[in-house]
Amino acid sequence: MSYVAHDESAFVPPAEVEEVELYHPKTWIGKYVWSQDAKVIAIQYGITAMGIGLVALVLSGLMRLQLGFPHTFSFIDPGAYLQFVTMHGMIMVIYLLTALFLGGFGNYLIPLMVGARDMVFPYVNMVSYWVYLFAVLLLVASFFVPGGPTGAGWTLYPPQAILEGTPGADWGIILMLVSLAFFIIGFTMGGLNYVVTVLQARTRGMTLMRLPLTVWGIFMATILALLAFPALFVSAVMMTLDQALGTSFFMPALVSQGQQLGYSGGSPVLFQHLFWFFGHPEVYIVVLPAFGIVSDLISIHARKNIFGYRMMVWAILAIGGLSFIVWAHHMYVSGMDPYFGFFFATTTLIIAVPTAIKVYNWVLTLWRGNIHLTVPMLFAIAFVFTFINGGLTGLFLGNVTVDLPLSDTMFVVAHFHMVMAVSPVLAVFGAIYHWYPKITGRMLDDTLGKIHFWVTFIGTYAIYYPMHYLGILGVPRRYYAVQNLDFVPQSAHELNVAITIAALIVAAAQVVFLYNLVRSYFAGKPAGGNPWRATTLEWQTPDTPPKHGNFGDKLPVVYRWAYDYSVPGAPEDFIPQNQPPVRKPA
Amino acid sequence: MTITLLVLAVIMAVVVWWLLRQTVNVSPWVEQQSIQDGPEGGAVSLPPVKLGLGVFLGVATSLFVLLISAYFMRMMATDWIDLSVPRVLWLNTAALILASVAMQSSVAAARRAQGDAVRIGLMAAGGFSFFFLLGQLWAWQELNAAGYFATSNPANAFFYLLTAMHGLHLLGGLWVWCRTTAKVWRGVEVAKVRLSVELCTVYWHYLLLVWLVLFALLSYPTQFALHR
Repeated sequence: MSYVAHDESAFVPPAEVEEVELYHPKTWIGKYVWSQDAKVIAIQYGITAMGIGLVALVLSGLMRLQLGFPHTFSFIDPGAYLQFVTMHGMIMVIYLLTALFLGGFGNYLIPLMVGARDMVFPYVNMVSYWVYLFAVLLLVASFFVPGGPTGAGWTLYPPQAILEGTPGADWGIILMLVSLAFFIIGFTMGGLNYVVTVLQARTRGMTLMRLPLTVWGIFMATILALLAFPALFVSAVMMTLDQALGTSFFMPALVSQGQQLGYSGGSPVLFQHLFWFFGHPEVYIVVLPAFGIVSDLISIHARKNIFGYRMMVWAILAIGGLSFIVWAHHMYVSGMDPYFGFFFATTTLIIAVPTAIKVYNWVLTLWRGNIHLTVPMLFAIAFVFTFINGGLTGLFLGNVTVDLPLSDTMFVVAHFHMVMAVSPVLAVFGAIYHWYPKITGRMLDDTLGKIHFWVTFIGTYAIYYPMHYLGILGVPRRYYAVQNLDFVPQSAHELNVAITIAALIVAAAQVVFLYNLVRSYFAGKPAGGNPWRATTLEWQTPDTPPKHGNFGDKLPVVYRWAYDYSVPGAPEDFIPQNQPPVRKPA
Repeated sequence: MTITLLVLAVIMAVVVWWLLRQTVNVSPWVEQQSIQDGPEGGAVSLPPVKLGLGVFLGVATSLFVLLISAYFMRMMATDWIDLSVPRVLWLNTAALILASVAMQSSVAAARRAQGDAVRIGLMAAGGFSFFFLLGQLWAWQELNAAGYFATSNPANAFFYLLTAMHGLHLLGGLWVWCRTTAKVWRGVEVAKVRLSVELCTVYWHYLLLVWLVLFALLSYPTQFALHR
């Protein structure tokens, strides 16, 4: 199974292996399709995630067309609108962001950054991708079954998710639930790899506290996902049984369309508990890797060591721990004991402390740094900016009394898009611009990158800032059309038109990004091994792009942390992690 | 959700405590000494595959604890009627205990490099495990014949769900068991299968523990219920 034949009972991999021991695939299919190389698997994850993400992007465009110009497009009926909302949300959160951060960046960066030849279980890693692809195909299949995909909203709340009248209540919801179950199985296979590789496959000298923060972020997010995804798995299985067999785990006794249904006594709130027990850690599953990536981007492109490295690590651990005890703040309107509300409001606000520590540390890293406004750096700074914005509105929604009037309004949509959609996506873009030269050996075009950045950055603010205002007015979310409501003034409708135009422009800007990816692959400037003059091990590989085995026959030895930038007295403004210290004469 | 919270809090506390212990009093920015070959600073003293199993058991624990939490929460509704579990479950439990014992004897034999004893232990463990699974199916059949359908009461539905989840985990284990047993049968050196036998044993003990908890909860739901 392992591509390097060594003693499987050894705690850590050998520092050196014979060339003959390295596994090199012999065929094109072995190298690019059934590949066990984490880097190829990462690219497979990345392409699949971005492909399905584009579907979700198109769906969001259709939603915005309906909201901006209601009753203009005959093919968008209320059912279709709800299906767009649902599929957009689920695809973006699970199939794009989770898969891209953990399956994509996790696979590419963990082995390279920790100084390993590959993941510890390469075969399981390969299967993980194919199970993920199967889950994606199941999801896509739901667009083509009778009734179309589910329109239950991305939270899939019962009872409405499986009742007649909700779009996709027959086939769509089943395919969604089964797809989620497969996604979780696939992720578990990958997640085992990420955790064990970080713990056991680090190279000599790479202590935990010398790990780049990107690895810390992905590592902790994986632990969260491994513990939280079972909640989604359990709820998916139980709801599938409710829908397919007629059990009553979540389904209460009810009358639907004049008929008494066979369900009795089930608890929709039980589903909500299970869903949000997964759902809230999910926020950090996509945000923690972004935190790590942004920390590294800021440090590298400001040519300065990260401020408060230890604090950054502990903040990641604290956020991970706390993320399991805040879930019910998504359920204030479901009704709960006021003391519970108080408890969850308190824990929600406490989580702002380690998060704020990270924000301060990013700002202090930038302070008096030698800031290079490269495209990755622009995206990293934009992430910090956007995350602060999204985080601050989180303080509103974390308080029970403020949340109640704002619940189910566009304010919530604006909040979570800023904090867990736009922010992580900005980090993803920053990461792609940063590591693309290592992945392909070529630089992305700088001008196209800057156009992409500015349109995306300003455009998203044009979309989501006004949405807060709509929410404060009371404009509800998930409504097909908001008309004939006294509390919604004409200006709100005009604002919706403006938001839609901004959304379409931002969507169009992503075409520039895709064009840049393809064009630069063939005609980009050669990158060399370390174009950003970075310290971490992925930039010290003998080949760019790195070959299978990453470091050839001899693993690097690490002598220092990942943030030796602008060290006084050093000949260059960076010292690679594998550069031995200069021995002073005795 | 209290149970889930407690168990996951313990798991997270262990993870965070272990990681903190590795990171406290370390000043990475001043350390530059080279580190000699040997086990890593912070590496767990386990083969990766064993650690992988440990992580997987953490995931499985999360799954079962969440199911148990849901079981207790659903129990609070008025339509719940306690299920009288089939007596065959006692026999099944005995079989699973014997499977675990056989696994333990197999791993002990592997440590002593006694190939025949390893083979016997593995075969017995597999036999008892298949017996357990057949017994579970028999229990399902018995309940079904007596009219305890999954749809007629949530207690019944949970019985089928919990036993199915546990059974599926055991089936997964049996797949690994098949591979290990096939190797032993082909005469592969005991030292080369020892790790696999150890992993199977840990997994079987874990599944026995899970089953004992599930069996107790399914047999005496009222006694364990916190809110009824």
